[in-house]
Amino acid sequence: MSFVWEWLTNPAYWQGSDGIWVRLAEHLGYAAITLVVAAAIGIPLGLWIGHTGRGRLAVVNLANGVRSVPTLGLLFVAVLVLGPLLAGDIAFLVPAIFVLVVLAVPPILAGAYAGIESVDPSARDAARGMGMSSWQVLWRVEVPCALPLIFSGLRSSTLQVIATATLTASISLGGLGRFLIDGQAYRDYGQMAGGAVLVAALAMAVDLVFAVVQRIAVSPGLVPVRTSRRSARTRLVPNPA
Amino acid sequence: MIALREVTKVYPGGTAAVEGLSLVMPTGQITVLVGPSGCGKTTTLRMINRMIEPTSGTIEVDGRDTASLNPGVLRRGMGYVIQGGGLFPHRTVLDNIATVPLLLGWDRRRARSVAAEQMERVGLASGLAKRYPNELSGGQQQRVGVARALAADPPVMLMDEPFSAVDPVVREQLQDEFLRLQAELGKTIVFVTHDIDEAIKLGDQVAVLRVGGALAQLAAPAELLADPADDFVADFLGRDRGYRGLAFTAAPDLPIAPEPTVVLGADGDTARLTAAGRGWLLVVDQADAPLGWVQPTQLSGAVTRETLHRGGTVATVGGSLRAALDAALSSPSRRGVLVDDDGRLVGTVRAQDVLTEIEREPQRSPS
Repeated sequence: MSFVWEWLTNPAYWQGSDGIWVRLAEHLGYAAITLVVAAAIGIPLGLWIGHTGRGRLAVVNLANGVRSVPTLGLLFVAVLVLGPLLAGDIAFLVPAIFVLVVLAVPPILAGAYAGIESVDPSARDAARGMGMSSWQVLWRVEVPCALPLIFSGLRSSTLQVIATATLTASISLGGLGRFLIDGQAYRDYGQMAGGAVLVAALAMAVDLVFAVVQRIAVSPGLVPVRTSRRSARTRLVPNPA
Repeated sequence: MIALREVTKVYPGGTAAVEGLSLVMPTGQITVLVGPSGCGKTTTLRMINRMIEPTSGTIEVDGRDTASLNPGVLRRGMGYVIQGGGLFPHRTVLDNIATVPLLLGWDRRRARSVAAEQMERVGLASGLAKRYPNELSGGQQQRVGVARALAADPPVMLMDEPFSAVDPVVREQLQDEFLRLQAELGKTIVFVTHDIDEAIKLGDQVAVLRVGGALAQLAAPAELLADPADDFVADFLGRDRGYRGLAFTAAPDLPIAPEPTVVLGADGDTARLTAAGRGWLLVVDQADAPLGWVQPTQLSGAVTRETLHRGGTVATVGGSLRAALDAALSSPSRRGVLVDDDGRLVGTVRAQDVLTEIEREPQRSPS
């Protein structure tokens, strides 16, 4: 394993237009674009399905069907079909993002509609009974309560996208996948394994960021109460009931 | 006043939940809708705030047909309390209570200060304001639900089995406080329950519904117990109707006999002397509040808490015949203990005297 360590710790490999920093940035860029597009599709659709209860079966089956398509095969098909319609770098970038989005949408979609469906029906009923409009029920009650599951969908999607974005290198794009493809071509196993380590590290780092954001965004009331905390607090304030 | 006129609700598939229901719910009173499951009581409640639209018939609130009102406006003008509270788990207790004021566009500070007042009103410690619902007991959650419904001071309250999800002891507390609150606020309340005892305890008038949503009887609780309209109502009311009906008859003129007492801690000889041959002797505390009974002849030492027989119930002078009779029946000496409003001993009454009173004037209404 020492050659992996040597590769990772050699400053020369981090610099330059094909260095690790640039590849990391490219990789993160592909993932970010993908997630923004996937969230823009998956979250509104999931909220709509969860809120109205309509179209659930159709969309869920479609999403699961898409999941079973092999990503690498889809990537080549997408390049063949979309590539000729586009010029320059975009000719490869658009098919790559398209394929990653196809991969990223199902978990986000599932998180969003499962989140809305998991909202306590009595809270929803009370919201309506107090005079909230359908829109207010969605944004003031359902979405805040669905956030834990929306986040869990986003996070699982993010992990998949960061791992799978390595494939973009196979169609001559950048990203950390370059180290895997090039390393294999040059039989440089230090570079290959080092690239894999970087992909895993990036995935974990991004997940950590999401965890922090989730902690800030989700109401403490939705976090399960630990028994020790509850009993400690109960002692502080007398229980009038 | 809420008036239902020939209201019918037929669900798709042809099941009639409510059929031709006409009912007037007077302003400032509690109308309880009670009946077995499938009697359409919840459907009826939800038609009042248009959570469910009637198939036919009209519902008027203070003379205005609800069908002509915007549902959101209608609902914001009615407090809505459901079983379990239906609290928003992501909001603090204070923000839950401030929901309707904020929907009405009040500024946040005013909404919160009104919410804090409501917490006090329903008996929630102010320290709970920043807590989340999952940190509260069932009884506390239900209080928050009531406070939330009261926050914008609506004239009408719709309550759907609000006390059903808590244990019997807490339920009784909540019921008592609810009655105390209503005496203070005088809301027009529609209250749904499946529990006939709750209906009788809380209702100014009780509407008994039968399966299919037809009105079986509409009457004050005492009248319901005394004169059920038919077998269905009689069966639904259950046993001990005569005895339960006594709860609605005041007992102002009972012959009250003075009762010799000893103070807790007195020695055995004093107790035997005071008892003067009676089998049971009443023990009181320093403030003259009855604590229980002792048998002086069985005492080996002083009168202590351990020697007390505590089975007897205590009735208030001017309270109901039921309480007076129960005090007599539950007392080991068969002398029922009567106290004043401050809990001080007034005297005792015998079951026979209560029965005489019952026979003398059976239809007198409570004061």
